[in-house]
Amino acid sequence: MASLRVLVGCKRVIDYAVKIRVRPDALGVVTDGVKHSMNPFDENAIEEAVRMKQKKIVKEIVVASCGGTQSQETIRTALAMGADRGIHVEIPKGTDESLQPLAVAKIFAKLVEKENPDIVILGKQAIDDDSNQTTQLLAGILEWPQGTMASVVEHSEGKLKITREVDGGLEDISVGLPAVISADLRLNEPRYATLPNIMKAKKKKIEKMSPEDLGVDVTPRLKVLKVVDPPVREAGDKVPDVSTLMDKLKEKGHI
Amino acid sequence: AVVSTQSTGAMFGCDTFEKVIRTFRLARQSMGEIVSACEFMDRTCMKAVNEQLSLSSPFPDPHPFYFIVETSGSNQEHDMDKLEAYVGRVFEEGAADDGVLATSKDQAARLMALRENIAPALKQLGYNYKYDVSLPLGQMYSLVEKVATRVRGSEDECLSLGYGHLGDNNLHLNLVTPHYSTEVLGMIEPFIYEEVAKLRGSISAEHGLGLKKANYLKYSKDSEVIEMMRTLKEVFDPNHIMNPYKLLPWK
Repeated sequence: MASLRVLVGCKRVIDYAVKIRVRPDALGVVTDGVKHSMNPFDENAIEEAVRMKQKKIVKEIVVASCGGTQSQETIRTALAMGADRGIHVEIPKGTDESLQPLAVAKIFAKLVEKENPDIVILGKQAIDDDSNQTTQLLAGILEWPQGTMASVVEHSEGKLKITREVDGGLEDISVGLPAVISADLRLNEPRYATLPNIMKAKKKKIEKMSPEDLGVDVTPRLKVLKVVDPPVREAGDKVPDVSTLMDKLKEKGHI
Repeated sequence: AVVSTQSTGAMFGCDTFEKVIRTFRLARQSMGEIVSACEFMDRTCMKAVNEQLSLSSPFPDPHPFYFIVETSGSNQEHDMDKLEAYVGRVFEEGAADDGVLATSKDQAARLMALRENIAPALKQLGYNYKYDVSLPLGQMYSLVEKVATRVRGSEDECLSLGYGHLGDNNLHLNLVTPHYSTEVLGMIEPFIYEEVAKLRGSISAEHGLGLKKANYLKYSKDSEVIEMMRTLKEVFDPNHIMNPYKLLPWK
């Protein structure tokens, strides 16, 4: 019954558990020598694709990543989790940090033309820029339906039933195929890369290409002016009674 | 025992304790100084953390033993390369039956959490008789099996299990019964200490002798040595007011 093909995106980001430090030039954060790993939401995306393959809904999983040379490690992790082959869209060092969602969406639109998947699954947002835009932009460019912030995805008769995590709670939608999905944390519990799969992954193919090969201009449209640490939390004020509290609140302009 | 802040890690499932030792030795050989922890646990421990604390095993099927290795070198990339090379060797030589590699700090922490939460998980199962001993590497699990055989006659349902720090030859042997039983205690003490002495291990590996094990010091030290220790203590503490009743057997 497996007939669908999935394209999954992943991004190499600073590891979620690392303490971030702002660069001296205040234009970004320190990345040299800092541990990087796959964006956590992308792990959910790949896990979902692998589960669909295990359920025989999907027959092939192609994983793609846009970034510098080291993005290949992230692709290898995805292959070790169960993806079948990889595509590395190599961004030259120096410009990889300025790669923005619109450019990534355009690249993925071209990959969709090339690979013809039925479903594209991306992580809902990258933990470095927290944009949460690529899925939506991609759906717009392709004019495909989208199911973002997915915490449940079910396939039945050529349609996907998706439960979305929204501010008010949960929303159930149904989308036809082909469609774009963005994975949320509660979608699944990503598996570890197992020994036999890590060994198999070494032999799986990773195709390399550049944005120029795809005819995409990745020049950033947004310019980062300044990156600063959040303000240090100040100590509060203790007041002896309610009338002093009211005075203080008025004094500070809160009421 | 404190398990260090993780950098990366891997966990293996092994069907025999001998394979645990092989996998452990390969870790020492392949990764040397960047290894910061080598822990093992058995199937009973994994079941306890899975069921009592809802921490899931990375493996779909249970294994009799699990070995966890953690690295904390100064260069993250070199560590990962070494770890991948080690994992490859384990696979090629068939030293372990299954394994997973942590690809993020979060995954590494979750693997270690399975080992670090054994004690709290065991508390949920009943009364824990806890022993912290050191034994020659090859014999480390044999004591768990001997205790299991020893308590077979008892009325209570007994669970004999073990986990510990392979790098230090340190076994945390635990027996769990639904309730405390002097009968069960009598079956295992001084049996456990006698067995440790026979294997020339130490009855107290990392947690010290304190109050409870002071009277068992004779299983690890000769009477002449104990007298020497007492003589030295008399020099510094003639009135026995410093840490009284601890360490040395009560007279």
